[in-house]
Amino acid sequence: MTLKEKQEQIIEDFSLYDEWLDKYEYLIELGKALEPFPEEKKTDDRLINGCQSRVWLDTQMSSGRLVFTADSDAIITKGIISLLISVYSDRTPEEILQDDFSFLDALGLKENLSPTRANGLVSMIETIRAKAAENE
Amino acid sequence: MNIREQFPQLERKVYGKPLVYLDNAATSLRPRSVIERWTEISSHSTSNLHRAVHHIAAEATEAYEAARDAVRDFINAPQREEVIFTSGTTHAINLAAWSIGEAFIGEGDEIIVAESEHHSDLVPWQMLCRRKNAVLKRLKVDDSGHILTDALKELITPRTKLTCVAHISNVLGLINPISEIASLCHRNGVMLLVDGAQGIVHQSVDVQSLGCDFYAFSGHKMYGAPGTGVLWGRKDLLEQMPPMFGGGEMIETVSWSGSTWAPLPRKFEAGTQDISAVPCFVQAIETMKQMPQDTQVRDFVYESLMKMDDVTLFGTTDDLNEKVPLFSIAVKGAHHEDLALILDKMGVAVRSGQMCAEPLMDRFGVTGMLRASFAPYNTMNEAEYFLSSLRKAITMLK
Ligand SMILES: Cc1ncc(COP(=O)(O)O)c(C=O)c1O
Repeated sequence: MTLKEKQEQIIEDFSLYDEWLDKYEYLIELGKALEPFPEEKKTDDRLINGCQSRVWLDTQMSSGRLVFTADSDAIITKGIISLLISVYSDRTPEEILQDDFSFLDALGLKENLSPTRANGLVSMIETIRAKAAENE
Repeated sequence: MNIREQFPQLERKVYGKPLVYLDNAATSLRPRSVIERWTEISSHSTSNLHRAVHHIAAEATEAYEAARDAVRDFINAPQREEVIFTSGTTHAINLAAWSIGEAFIGEGDEIIVAESEHHSDLVPWQMLCRRKNAVLKRLKVDDSGHILTDALKELITPRTKLTCVAHISNVLGLINPISEIASLCHRNGVMLLVDGAQGIVHQSVDVQSLGCDFYAFSGHKMYGAPGTGVLWGRKDLLEQMPPMFGGGEMIETVSWSGSTWAPLPRKFEAGTQDISAVPCFVQAIETMKQMPQDTQVRDFVYESLMKMDDVTLFGTTDDLNEKVPLFSIAVKGAHHEDLALILDKMGVAVRSGQMCAEPLMDRFGVTGMLRASFAPYNTMNEAEYFLSSLRKAITMLK
């Protein structure tokens, strides 16, 4: 699936739920389904700044593609980072840098998160972008 | 009159659900009387204080000084000039820390601060200690959140100048034994400053019977206007303390060779004060006095949280008379932020995170807590709704 297709799929999944509580359920399920993240990788240099909860992001390069893995101690945040990973992991730096991340606006995520968590989301996006730029 | 009708924000809905506001410890809601008074002054009686001879200036000054009398009476301060208006507790404690520091603290002197303090009653003392090369000492709390008064005896040395504790911690909701701490301090020639930001809301405060030397609080947590607060201090001490801010109103004489200070309280009230907000202390205090003194909600929520699986309540006691309806919890397997986010979508406003008390979070080994703080306008129905929403949120997260 291309990056755009994946985004459209998520937008569609999300639109199945009218209520924000149900959307949270969906994010919680995503969070729970995220692959386990090794304890030894939960280091300060992998922490994303600006989140109320702790979020760790690990980046590897594999045949020209960025592979992200992540974890968080809060499950909804974990769901959000999982959603980002499902879109942006296993992509080339160029693919990531060409994207404007506007699919998040279509989800209405930023407006519906608490301000601290919305800031956290912005930090996650910036970190993913920065990693792509570093590896371009 | 139904107390709820006095608070327009209680009629609000969020996400189509009735708002259940349980973040009163962060800031209380505003009653109509305060809103109307603020509007009335802004619409009809705006003028700067003390300075001009015209009619409106006299009216504004009267309104402002009436607030001082109301506060003096409310906390039973011996003298009206001991009541200094500030922008809030934080300003009051910073002012105290600076001026106490200049007057009384030298290199090697010691200041004792309780482990359960809000950052507002910790950071200013750290700053003072750095500035004066003084020593900051930690007064610990036990696992139930009670201050170890016996440990205070051990901490006090001949170099100890000051102890700082909250009347009620904004995390633990326990009423600290201020009178006992005060006599212990005074027997050893130590001053006592009390952070009353939460205490003023839940206790009838009599600074004389408490026996402290300074008492600081905010207007916005006691139904008054945001941006207002009070530092009360003993006159003999305040008189020895130099002002932190220089400017208009706080001087007696100014010349190139130097300036002299106005008498209390003006010495500490430099510049234009919040002339619309401070007078609202009168209405805020009236509201405080009308509040029902019911303990049903407190007892119910306390007992329910104590019984809930996987929930740890911080600030526990066998004697509920020393607990206020402020409940901070941690839930096994559920992050405080997730809980707050889900509760929010159910219409329940609660606080999550470190609650401006990072060292206390470390003390209890948590990254944060979830706090529900009730005001007398909160009902049993709301308490029940909160508890059932909390149960639902926990189930969702498990
Ligand atoms: C115990 C305590 N101290 C100090 C403060 C600071 O009050 P303010 O922000 O009004 O200055 C608060 C309020 O958050 C508090 O609960």
